[in-house]
Amino acid sequence: MKKFLAVLHARNMEFLRDRSALAWNLAMPFMLVFGLAFTFSGSNKEIYKIGIVGGIEKLHSAAPALQATKYISFVPYDDLHTAIGKVEHHQMDMLIDVDGAPKYWINSSSPNGYLLERILLGTEGNRFERQTVEGAEIRYVDWFLPGILGMNMMFACLFGVGFVIVRYRKNGFLKRLKATPLGAFQFLFAQLVSRLLLIMVVTTVVYGGCNFFIKFNMQGSYWLLLLIATLGAMSMISIGLLIAARTASEELAGGILNLVTWPMMLLSGAWFSLEGAQVWVQKLSLIFPLTHMITAARTIMNEGATLSQVMPQIWVLSVMSIVFLAIGAYVFKWE
Amino acid sequence: MSPIITATNLIKQYPGVTAVDGIDLAIPKGICFGLLGPNGAGKTTTIEMLEGIQMQTSGTVLYKGEPLGTQYREEVGIQFQHTALQEFLTVRETLELFEHLYRRTLPIPELIELCSLADILERDTRKISGGQRQRLLLALALINDPELIFLDEPTTGLDPQARRNFWDLVKLVKSRNKTIVLTTHYMEEAYALCDEIAIMDKGRIVSQGTPAHLLSEHFGDVILQIPQTDAGDKLAGLELSAVEAGDMLEIRTNRLHHTLQQLMEHGVNLDRLRIRAWTLEDLFINVTGKKLIS
Repeated sequence: MKKFLAVLHARNMEFLRDRSALAWNLAMPFMLVFGLAFTFSGSNKEIYKIGIVGGIEKLHSAAPALQATKYISFVPYDDLHTAIGKVEHHQMDMLIDVDGAPKYWINSSSPNGYLLERILLGTEGNRFERQTVEGAEIRYVDWFLPGILGMNMMFACLFGVGFVIVRYRKNGFLKRLKATPLGAFQFLFAQLVSRLLLIMVVTTVVYGGCNFFIKFNMQGSYWLLLLIATLGAMSMISIGLLIAARTASEELAGGILNLVTWPMMLLSGAWFSLEGAQVWVQKLSLIFPLTHMITAARTIMNEGATLSQVMPQIWVLSVMSIVFLAIGAYVFKWE
Repeated sequence: MSPIITATNLIKQYPGVTAVDGIDLAIPKGICFGLLGPNGAGKTTTIEMLEGIQMQTSGTVLYKGEPLGTQYREEVGIQFQHTALQEFLTVRETLELFEHLYRRTLPIPELIELCSLADILERDTRKISGGQRQRLLLALALINDPELIFLDEPTTGLDPQARRNFWDLVKLVKSRNKTIVLTTHYMEEAYALCDEIAIMDKGRIVSQGTPAHLLSEHFGDVILQIPQTDAGDKLAGLELSAVEAGDMLEIRTNRLHHTLQQLMEHGVNLDRLRIRAWTLEDLFINVTGKKLIS
């Protein structure tokens, strides 16, 4: 424990005294959240979204004219309850159930829902039973915030840890530590905790600072959100440690880190929802910890999810953290 | 005296290269043992196998008669040839970091005094001079009060004054009954510090013993140096082993009295005659056929 705390303290001091790196870590997410919030919060989506329960193929016979209408995206759902929740939060403009007697749902306060209803009535007549739901709109920034914070955490976790360890290895500091009784796991765990503490402090400051101006939607528990963020950060730091476990070249480490971060950034739902994407893309996205962290954070913030509702993500992130860290410590080389 | 560390038929091979080729060593406790050799001779590879930092391809290393185990790290001190420290820490913080990595340590104030670090304690380790840095690295090597200390070319790159200061420090450490294994390519350093030396070349030990013993073993004679202008052509007809060395004439002889008498009889001016002793550098050239610092 003494060794772990000594290495943890030294690493924290190194980071906190590196003012340029610290300033950048604080400023970057602020700039991103503000920039994107002001850019996107007032804009409307160009494509209308209709959720379909009962299968897209049945829609063809139930509402062929609607299906042929341009600028409408049809998103299949298996669970009616989940799909209705999307309409309640204005994440889906309309929901159509083609299983049995055709029905549709719109949010009574959604302009898009109103317009789609007029289109449905105009193309398919009165064959669909009307249902309405209530619910406040989730602004784009509320949907976007977990993604942007998660993405910033991902970069800080992977590059912040990966490059530091490669630098230590390259300049011989790891070799110096190898000459001491310090174990690989103690060293790596100290790096993990150091980075985790710093990321959680920075992310909390950024969230609090942005919230002061933008007033984010928060339906669930802040403690649960903190737990998810902590587990998400741990799992991504562990990936960084694993990548840096043997790499001695910054160029190679940079390449591998980019190889991991780019798919994660594009497929984790940070920038755009994967609803409606190919099934294999959705399945592939589940291999990334960022996907689970963002999904859980969004449901906590926007839908008020409870601990039991995000338990699958908690399990996945915990297992990923343990497995990646264990493999990293096993294959770790000091030189 | 029983050896504190022994190496038997130590071999280290890299693809296409044999860096260390069957070395046998037994280093007695309490001495300063020097590994000498030019760059690429295999000194660092050998010392790193003794340190347990590198694994040998074959052969054995025993510390106090036992294979190197986890306890070894607690009991040895190492100063690498090339190393780095955690950035943005002061000298004091760096000492404290390493102090916490060991179960048993020397008191930090004692180390500070021993290695003369008092004036730079609050300085960032990136902003200290080369000599100060070497003293700090030695302090880190001593922090666990080791019985066995490895110093890999500790004075390379230091100016002559800093180098001599470092020698004084090493002598002080040695006076505490520590065993020191030192690699260097400075013969003067080896002569000043080492009780026993091994000369390495191409991964092998080509000569080993105390400096005095090796010099007497390899050189039974002395060198007389006379300015060429003083000798003129008066040496003609004398059976002497003389070679030109710059503007001097060097005469090797193992019959000093007889040679001096011959020179005087032939009217050679001996007012500026010098007798030069053989050095470890001469020894190195003699046993390897090459200059030491390449």
